[in-house]
Amino acid sequence: MKHTLSVLVENNPGALSRIAGLFSGRGFNIESLCVAATLDPTLSHMTLTTSGDDLIIEQIIKQLNRLVDVYKVVDVTEEGAYVEREMALIKAKAEAETRAEILRMCDIFRCKVVDVSPKTYTVEVTGPKTKIDAVIELLKPIGIKEIAKTGVIAMSREKKSL
Amino acid sequence: MGAALHKYPGRRLTDSGFLTLTDPWKENDFGLTSFRQKDRFRDFHQYFEVTIMAKMAGKQMFVEALKREGVEVIFGYPGGAIIDLYDALDQDGTIKHVLVRHEQGAAHAADGYARASGRVGVCLATSGPGATNTVTGIATAYMDSVPMVVFTGQVPTALIGNDAFQEVDIVGITRPCTKHNYLVKDIKDLPRVIKAAFYIARTGRPGPVLVDIPKDIQNAKAEFTYDEEIKLRSYEPVLDPHIKQIEKAYQLFEHCKRPILYVGGGAVISGAHEEVRELAELIHAPVATTLMGLGAFPGTHPMNIGMLGMHGTYCANMTMANSDLILAIGARFDDRVTGKVDAFAPHAKIIHIDVDPTSIQKNVKVDIPIVGDCRKALQKLIKVITDNGRPAETWKERFSPWWEQIAAWEKRHPLGYKKDPNVIKPQYVIETLYGMTKGRAIITTEVGQNQMWTAQFYKFDSPRSILTSGGLGTMGYGLPAAIGAQMAFPDRLVIDIAGDGSIQMNIQELATAMEQRLPIKIVILNNQFLGMVRQWQELFYDRRYVATDFTFTPDFVKIADAYSATGLRATRPDEVEDVLKKGLDTPGLVIMEFAIAREEGVFPMVPAGKATTEMLLV
Ligand SMILES: Cc1cc2nc3c(=O)[nH]c(=O)nc-3n(C[C@H](O)[C@H](O)[C@H](O)COP(=O)(O)OP(=O)(O)OC[C@H]3O[C@@H](n4cnc5c(N)ncnc54)[C@H](O)[C@@H]3O)c2cc1C
Ligand SMILES: Cc1ncc(C[n+]2csc(CCOP(=O)(O)OP(=O)(O)O)c2C)c(N)n1
Ligand SMILES: [Mg+2]
Repeated sequence: MKHTLSVLVENNPGALSRIAGLFSGRGFNIESLCVAATLDPTLSHMTLTTSGDDLIIEQIIKQLNRLVDVYKVVDVTEEGAYVEREMALIKAKAEAETRAEILRMCDIFRCKVVDVSPKTYTVEVTGPKTKIDAVIELLKPIGIKEIAKTGVIAMSREKKSL
Repeated sequence: MGAALHKYPGRRLTDSGFLTLTDPWKENDFGLTSFRQKDRFRDFHQYFEVTIMAKMAGKQMFVEALKREGVEVIFGYPGGAIIDLYDALDQDGTIKHVLVRHEQGAAHAADGYARASGRVGVCLATSGPGATNTVTGIATAYMDSVPMVVFTGQVPTALIGNDAFQEVDIVGITRPCTKHNYLVKDIKDLPRVIKAAFYIARTGRPGPVLVDIPKDIQNAKAEFTYDEEIKLRSYEPVLDPHIKQIEKAYQLFEHCKRPILYVGGGAVISGAHEEVRELAELIHAPVATTLMGLGAFPGTHPMNIGMLGMHGTYCANMTMANSDLILAIGARFDDRVTGKVDAFAPHAKIIHIDVDPTSIQKNVKVDIPIVGDCRKALQKLIKVITDNGRPAETWKERFSPWWEQIAAWEKRHPLGYKKDPNVIKPQYVIETLYGMTKGRAIITTEVGQNQMWTAQFYKFDSPRSILTSGGLGTMGYGLPAAIGAQMAFPDRLVIDIAGDGSIQMNIQELATAMEQRLPIKIVILNNQFLGMVRQWQELFYDRRYVATDFTFTPDFVKIADAYSATGLRATRPDEVEDVLKKGLDTPGLVIMEFAIAREEGVFPMVPAGKATTEMLLV
């Protein structure tokens, strides 16, 4: 099963590679990893999505906690209701005949066109993974030139805060 | 503020020592720029505490910090990037340095020192090749949870990342085989980093910590403060087990019929040997140990059913496999112990005490996890059991059918070997050595058959009396580890039991031992084979002895001679006793070589991937 983990780590050089190394060294899956600063400059926040059976997820969480630099790990997926977002920038071919279609689709999905060139539109889409996948599927027949994605960030709705 | 200064009001630390202040108001060479008129009316001491900073060079901080950590001896090898630390060590003169002949030797010696004494081992190496040479030693310590701090020199911070001369990213290289590591980039961090390194190395599940110190940092100056206590918000090992878990564990004992105590290296580390014994005797349960747990329960105790696992006793493996309750005490269900996991102890409920949560439920499902220190957990468990007041006799009665079964297994296939009047059997050498040294010795081993015969035929009655590379299985560990152990215990008998292959992996350390005048005894079981690998080839590769048959072996007696040590050799069984006796009686370093039966095997043996009940017997 897919799990989204929220990890607070000491903002030390090398902390990211310790985490990445843990996953590669122990053969755990890592689907996405997002790193950002927090309000506390001494800590960074990582959101990572991974998958595995219960025993593997348990082991992943324990191994993360074992790292000296890791301050806290929360399995957002286990904590009940949570919100999850990902953002993608999609550069789509925009020729005279497809422009209107792209704009219409953006409207329906509440995406934004954030850059325009003579032959392309760059669309920004934010939402859960399912929504982003849907937009990509729709744009594919029109022609996608490039995609950049952020990876998932997540937050529990009320209960446990990091 | 400089804690040291509080003790010396009126004086301040300078580079050259203490300077007595006569008129602090006139002084401004120490940066009292914010000094204002009204401060004149302040109490002198108070003023002092607030304002003055003692500056110290990184290399002096290093020495000072080591002294505060109680370090008495370090093992190392110099080079350009660490020369300053060496210089400072010598200037200070309180810490003994042992110059090894290869940095791997330094790491293993620090490890041996730590395992024998329970204290943190310290080693020192230069940047680049010096640092990479320590890696095998670090990984060895990591796998066996040995507290160690490794200091490496690094190129100056300005050159880091430039492929400078002898630059290597040792922090990157050792990240997966250290408990934690540091590159010190700011002199202000150095004292805190060293403090943290020692603290992390010895607490919780111990392990090696590496501190990489660039050359400019060794010479940079800053205030030196060294806290007595350190707290790291992101590192807080749980030592005190939850009483609820202990009570649940007790309930399982109340309802079991076939218990076993499975004792591992964690019991040695936490010093729980008394408690293991007390518990076993209290409830009358059989005890089996891992390789790393040898000595955590007396080898000669009637309730000790032997070592578990691949080369464990038939009795221990059968008892574990048929048990209905396993209490794992600081053991990590290693694949050499469980064999095929699906077939591991199918009827047993499992209680697992371990200070490292990742060890619990890593390989097998556990019914009652107990996170905490073994010793503390056992003390609580013993208390809960005694408080419940069941007389010892009733436990004994309850488990007596189980003991009958165990006795039957023991009788069916006791540990043994085929004696031979014409050729020396390695087991006979170990038995004889045990007979002569009983409990007096600290035994180190190399890796392979020599290691397994030692584990099987030497009886370890006390903890920290066998030092062996279990998790990594590092050939070449035994000799440098013996050096470390002998440095920790100058008056004890230290013996390295070696194979002819392994001893050649760090044989250069003979020079270190001679230089330090260490009376280490080395027993080489010479089969002119990489015996353990040969055994696998014999059993599973149709006797194709590829790359394991040494067609050339040096003359070990002459090697002893070349190092000005004593060399003895036995080639016939009737010489074994004499050589051992003479070797142990001879002062100084002695190499005793035994030409053993070349194709002798280690049995029982659980083939890799098989269930532990599928043992190949003698
Ligand atoms: C050639 C060869 C053959 C081998 N054959 C065998 C064999 O037949 N049988 C065998 O047993 N081994 C064998 N080994 C060794 C094996 O590879 C493992 O090293 C060993 O089984 C691990 O022992 P352990 O489970 O006691 O764990 P250790 O590696 O000693 O780990 C200790 C555990 O205790 C925990 N711990 C540490 N401190 C504390 C504390 N204070 N409180 C609580 N818990 C603590 C740690 O977190 C860890 O989980 C062999 C090795 C070699 C090289
Ligand atoms: C550094 C290292 N290289 C290779 C091995 C694989 N290995 C395990 S046991 C063994 C043979 C050891 O030979 P020897 O020291 O003569 O001991 P014996 O088994 O003959 O007693 C080898 C090569 C190892 N454990 N360590
Ligand atoms: Mg050999």
